[in-house]
Amino acid sequence: MPVPHKPATVKSKLGSNVHIQSKAPVTKGVKANGKKKDDEDGMDTGEGEEWMQGKTLVKPPDQLELTEAELKEEITRILTANNPHAPQNIVRYSFKESCYKPISSVDQLAVHFVLEGNLLYKDSNEARRQMAKQGLTEEKPAEAVLSEMDEENPETPQVTGQVDGEEGTVEGEDGGGEERPDSVDIKAGNKELKLTNQFNYSERASQTLNNPPRERGCQTEPPPRANFSATANQWEIYDIYMEEIQRQEKSKEKQKVQISKKEEDKGKKKMIVAENLSDDISKVAKVSKIIERMVNQNTFDDIAQDFKYFEDASDEFREQEGTLLPLWKFQYDKAKCLSVTAICWNQTYKDLFVVGLGSYDFTKQGHGMLLLYSLKNPTYPEFTFTTTSGIMCVDIHEHLSYLVAVGCYDGCVAVYNLKEEGQEPVYKSTAITGMHTNPVWQVKWQKDDLDNNHNFFSVSSDGRVVSWTLVKNELVFTDIINLSVESAVPDGKGEMSRIACGTSFDFHKQIDFLFLVGTEDGKIHKCSKSYSSQFLETYEAHNMAVEAVRWNHFHPNVFISCSSDWTVKIWDHTIKPPMFIFDLNAAVEHVTWSPHSSTVFAAVTADRKVHVFDLGINKSEALCQQTVVAKKKTKLSHIEFNPVHPIIIVGDDRGCVTSLKLSPNLRKKPKEKKGQEMPKGPEVEIAKMEKLLSLLREPGSNQQN
Amino acid sequence: MAKVEETLKRIQSQKGVQGIIIVNAEGIPIKSTLDNSSTVQYAAHIQQLLMKARSMVREVDPQNDLTFLRVRSKKNEIMIAPDKDYFLIVIQNPTE
Repeated sequence: MPVPHKPATVKSKLGSNVHIQSKAPVTKGVKANGKKKDDEDGMDTGEGEEWMQGKTLVKPPDQLELTEAELKEEITRILTANNPHAPQNIVRYSFKESCYKPISSVDQLAVHFVLEGNLLYKDSNEARRQMAKQGLTEEKPAEAVLSEMDEENPETPQVTGQVDGEEGTVEGEDGGGEERPDSVDIKAGNKELKLTNQFNYSERASQTLNNPPRERGCQTEPPPRANFSATANQWEIYDIYMEEIQRQEKSKEKQKVQISKKEEDKGKKKMIVAENLSDDISKVAKVSKIIERMVNQNTFDDIAQDFKYFEDASDEFREQEGTLLPLWKFQYDKAKCLSVTAICWNQTYKDLFVVGLGSYDFTKQGHGMLLLYSLKNPTYPEFTFTTTSGIMCVDIHEHLSYLVAVGCYDGCVAVYNLKEEGQEPVYKSTAITGMHTNPVWQVKWQKDDLDNNHNFFSVSSDGRVVSWTLVKNELVFTDIINLSVESAVPDGKGEMSRIACGTSFDFHKQIDFLFLVGTEDGKIHKCSKSYSSQFLETYEAHNMAVEAVRWNHFHPNVFISCSSDWTVKIWDHTIKPPMFIFDLNAAVEHVTWSPHSSTVFAAVTADRKVHVFDLGINKSEALCQQTVVAKKKTKLSHIEFNPVHPIIIVGDDRGCVTSLKLSPNLRKKPKEKKGQEMPKGPEVEIAKMEKLLSLLREPGSNQQN
Repeated sequence: MAKVEETLKRIQSQKGVQGIIIVNAEGIPIKSTLDNSSTVQYAAHIQQLLMKARSMVREVDPQNDLTFLRVRSKKNEIMIAPDKDYFLIVIQNPTE
């Protein structure tokens, strides 16, 4: 927008004069001359003359040379508003008349300077719209606008419309400030849709400082990784459940007993640590046992097969006779010098039996041994215990098969606990606690007494039958009976009581308090636990010491006895004289009933023979008389039937135990009559025996001498 | 520990026994009476067989467990008794 010039100030003119003179370009020089003259004409150039005083007139070399007359010539110059550069005759093609036509008026506007501004006249439409858009808060921007205008003021000469406003604001900004909000309010009230003017719309943007981006990273250690793989089977799941249950149970137990266990735990911890350090081999103990048995099974394969399956077929051809098939032989190195004094089968584990070793010889008394063998491992005993004095008798508790009671030659009784490790018995009787003074010949476990204490009986040559009770850690004894015998002194002075030496006893299977005692004199006394001084009855059984006395397993009245006087006698305890008498031609060391049949029994004699009888088949003769040991000098000392299998084990005086299998003839059951069902069970056995006895009783009472 | 040693000696002295190998849970033989190469071979193969056998028994009835395994061949019999952490192998020629 061309700004109309005010008449220039003197200074500027002078400035221009000076400039002109110094530079003097050609075109400008013409104009300059023109101007110069104008100036001289119009204005006071006093100051200019001062410049020129004292100075010669400087003429440019190419100045026009003019005569005086020409110099004085007046040239009129007219100042018009015509643009000298504007063309004077513009011709335009008119399409309407299809010819060129001169334009009448030519634009005489010469634009010297254009500056696009950002300012808006505040009352113009656009400004109003802008203010409305900016809204109510814009007091300050309004003031900024004002301040801008103030700045503009000295620069721009005359803005007619704005002067008043500016002056107004300069005088009292407060008033202006007040005006402003009013106007703003008004504009705020007229909020219109702002139409953006695409020509006069400017966006304002500003760029903030961009922080230089930086990447920061850090690496941690990777978490430790391990490969894990597992299989999930039914049994693995089952195992884990079982472990869980056990853990819970343990935690429950721990909650109950905590204090006392702390000390135990300390001890155990040491143990555990030591175990880890020690050789790993000890953990293989259980497995090595199994393997040993397997190897033995292989080695003695044929015997194992015989044991299980062999039935002597030739028994069919032998009418009544049976045979004994030798199976395993149980021997232990260290026991070779000892003789087997007692054998007992374990009721719970039917393949386990205990052997007591000692010596019958009065002069040669040494140590004793307690061995437990299993049929599954004939080469080596499962348990071994050494004792100072020879063992004379053993008995395994019926229910708690880890308790073994032994009676020794020196008169003491002891109880071993197989569960505990160690060579020492858990209980032992001493002289203070009522030990026998003579060898103990028999021990027998009894049922638990009223206080649930285990107890057992023992009989010895000192004539006492003693009951031992296991009370906590002690063995408490009670004399049950003293076997005293009154005998007439030859010179008739009086009766002298003599102690009878008990050699064997047996308790009735059904009647608890009834028991039999055999003595060295050959008498058998029937006694009761409740009567301590008197015998219920006395049987004049044998001429020599009674080696063994046994109740029948089935029939409640019958018992058997054997003695070194070569005889075996069978009795009915209600009848004084014996029912059966068998002469075996040699001292009978031991006799025992079969647990399967009420009429079968076996006896061993000093001439290495085993005699097996079945009264149901043959009342007078043995079904089998067999030598079982090879060496002539060995004596058989003990015999026992296995509760389950058809085997007998025989102990001899060389520390060796031989097992034999009974052939079918020896274990005959009564023949089943066709069409009739035979009842099985103890009643049958009892009936069988009863039948035999009844046959004997009527004629027997006549026959007996 | 001494008892176990005794038992192993007894086994070794039995008729026809050719060798005993004790293998731990990882399949590494810790004791053996055979030469090294045979031991390693036996241990590796038998461990696999044992796992299979045990898995079979337990799969059929989870409350059941393998007690022992006998492998009878023309020349000898291999007896394997597994335990929780170890297993024992005995090679015997029973017909001698």
